Amino acid sequence: MKTVCLYFQVHQPWRLKNYRFFNMGKDHNYLDDLTNRSIMQKIARQCYLPMNSLLLKTIKEQKGKFRCSFSITGTAIEQFRAYAPEVLDSFRELAATGCVEFLAETYSHSLASLASKEDFTDQVKRHTALMKAEFGVKPVAFRNTELIYSDEIGAMVAELGFKVMLAEGARHVLGWKSPNFVYANAIDQKLRLLLRNYKLSDDIAFRFSDRGWDQYPLTAEKYVSWLTSEENPGEVVNLFMDYETFGEHQHADTGIFEFMKALPAAALKSKQIEFCTVSETAKKYQPVSVLHCPHVMSWADEERDVTAWLGNELQNEAFAKLYDQKEKIEKLKSKDFDYVWNFLQTSDHFYYMATKWLSDGDVHSYFNPYGSSYEAFINYMNVLSDFIIEVDKALEAKTAKSAKTAKKKA
Amino acid sequence: MRVLMFGWEFPPHIAGGLGTACYGMTRGLARNGVEVTFVMPRAYGDEDRRFVHVVNASDVEALYNMTDGGADDILKKMSFIHIDSNMVPYISPEEYASYHEEYVKSGRKVWSTTDVWKQRYTFSGKYGANLMEEVARYAVVAAQVAKELEGKFDVIHAHDWLTYFAGIAAKRVSGKPLVVHMHATEYDRSGENINTQTYAIERAGMHAADMVIAVSNLTRNIVIEKYGVPADRVVTVHNAVRFAENSAAAPERGVKDKIVTFLGRITYQKGPDYFVEAAAKVLKRVPNVRFVMAGSGDMMNHVIRRVARLGIADRFHFTGFLRGEDVHKMFQLSDVYIMPSVSEPFGISPLEAMRSNVPVIISKQSGVAEVLDYAVKVDYWDVDAMADAIYGLITYPALSKMFAEKGLEEVTGLKWNNAAAKIKAVYEQAIERKK
Repeated sequence: MKTVCLYFQVHQPWRLKNYRFFNMGKDHNYLDDLTNRSIMQKIARQCYLPMNSLLLKTIKEQKGKFRCSFSITGTAIEQFRAYAPEVLDSFRELAATGCVEFLAETYSHSLASLASKEDFTDQVKRHTALMKAEFGVKPVAFRNTELIYSDEIGAMVAELGFKVMLAEGARHVLGWKSPNFVYANAIDQKLRLLLRNYKLSDDIAFRFSDRGWDQYPLTAEKYVSWLTSEENPGEVVNLFMDYETFGEHQHADTGIFEFMKALPAAALKSKQIEFCTVSETAKKYQPVSVLHCPHVMSWADEERDVTAWLGNELQNEAFAKLYDQKEKIEKLKSKDFDYVWNFLQTSDHFYYMATKWLSDGDVHSYFNPYGSSYEAFINYMNVLSDFIIEVDKALEAKTAKSAKTAKKKA
Repeated sequence: MRVLMFGWEFPPHIAGGLGTACYGMTRGLARNGVEVTFVMPRAYGDEDRRFVHVVNASDVEALYNMTDGGADDILKKMSFIHIDSNMVPYISPEEYASYHEEYVKSGRKVWSTTDVWKQRYTFSGKYGANLMEEVARYAVVAAQVAKELEGKFDVIHAHDWLTYFAGIAAKRVSGKPLVVHMHATEYDRSGENINTQTYAIERAGMHAADMVIAVSNLTRNIVIEKYGVPADRVVTVHNAVRFAENSAAAPERGVKDKIVTFLGRITYQKGPDYFVEAAAKVLKRVPNVRFVMAGSGDMMNHVIRRVARLGIADRFHFTGFLRGEDVHKMFQLSDVYIMPSVSEPFGISPLEAMRSNVPVIISKQSGVAEVLDYAVKVDYWDVDAMADAIYGLITYPALSKMFAEKGLEEVTGLKWNNAAAKIKAVYEQAIERKK
């Protein structure tokens, strides 16, 4: 019996509007409201709502035998609240079945794990609190932005009290080892690791509708035969993918919904497969080994590293200037500033500034609303510069005020 | 005095200082009693038409369908130059030339239907990939215009190499004297690695001309030395600046910091990288200053990367290409204007900055340095001096006040009326020479 662990990532960034130098100091609305709303509502219509109802139906039909896991970023939740509250309701319905686990991650899908422990902790705590508030359960499993992972990041996650974390089954890290087992963090072995089976995951997420693929068309029966095949040995198969795969990246007319409808039944019929959530999977098996990963890896691009976000001088500069503000934001303790601070951290902003367009140019340009990485950088820096001005102003006012009250007391 | 002028751009549709100069000049000429017929590649609907008669070259229907009638004498007065061009949307000069050659040789009319000639030549007013082709086609229509206007002008005036073929063609058709105006040379644009095609056109234009106007002594020297034009045929007429009647109220400042502005094309010629290095030096010393690079160009990405690497991107901003109101707004928001050009034949933008009460720093390698006293002048490569000058102007109010006030006075004295009077004298010389 093999355990299949299905995990879906739900994320939407707050997209910035075209913010010019002339706006600086005057205009503090940084977001492109129209675009954010129309994209959110489009994806809700094409993906979130139909897929959620499909999963709910499957869970009911299979009487608890079908289980899966999600993580939803804070910025996505914020946008659900603003533009598509019915999506949030449908996620709550899924949560109520008890067959769906919600994972913790960084609040704004941020790169905080690469900035500092403090930034990272702050982001994770915010998200954990949000999950508890929305779905009533405190998450015990963790998934970092874009599956960014290293031994140190794993240790930080363990310290925050999580029992299991997701990571990429990257070839350069695994070597001869198989991703189809449970592993443990090299520093803190109590933290268990589930590694993504990128081949089988990408068969659905990327190749499903590719007519040039020699396995096209993919049917549920064929896919189940791959899952159970002896050429795919091991105890678990971790299928991690973007939730937007269903109905968005793979459009409804590719048959992706029919495939997902048929898959659970076909898998369970084989009697060789069971479905488990992330935490259940980790609990079920003993780690076979520790996983040494001294360098940071992720699930993105052919290189499986973080160069998509921090790979050139533009990204490094924006990243450094952003996290320079950390202390000031903490001192301010203002909800309004926190809100902007959070959405500015979203990794997508840095992704738009990438200049590596070789093997993964298609994927990059698909997600990029800017004409060039330079435009993305200029726009982001304009927004950030204005934000810094406002932060400094507010901080000055605050210190002046506290000095005044101190004087009065004296 | 009547002049047929071949320009390229006209406010507000401008990509540089050339259009601004043409505009001020035509107004000045009008005040000096010179009638100007201005021909340019594309006329938009919203130009100020008071001082010139705008002829839309795209609308000048090519009248070559008159082949069985009176067009033959045009053909005799014209010859065509082969220009390497990549794309031929309608009909190319090469094709025309080969048709023409065949026609002259055999005396047989190559085309029996006139349809292909009836179409209007459409020009793109923007600098584009098929510029050479456009330049050549422009000359074809220019000849047409000159022919139609025969007897209605005394002299032809062509601005910059883009219109030189047009000027030459018009001269051949009409027999009137030609004055060409050098606003920039290929050496200014590209350093020593010149585009030989462009150089050849510039050279041909100046040698075919009866008189050459250079916008500065700097340019005049290049014209004489590098293009071999006899010194007595080259006259320097410095540009001036036109005062807008009533400038709009200054925009509200969003940021408290001092603003140092670079406004121009971000290309090798304008020295943007020196500005970046100077900015980094100033920022090490004073925190309350912001740098703005307004414009676009082929070095923009390089400059952005450099700014990021220097770690000053939160204080160094890019606006992209600005036009019209935004340019004005940018000047009004500035505390210091800087033009660090590596090679600048004239450079009209510092004058516009001074007009907005902004103290300016200009490179010694600019033509405008010849006419200004109240501007800080530095070598373009001397980033330390540039940083010093910026620091001084933003730190010592007395200094910036002096430069702003005296500068405004100085720039007010640079009138297009005076420059136009000089240009008129050049016209007279050209007519004299032609006789």
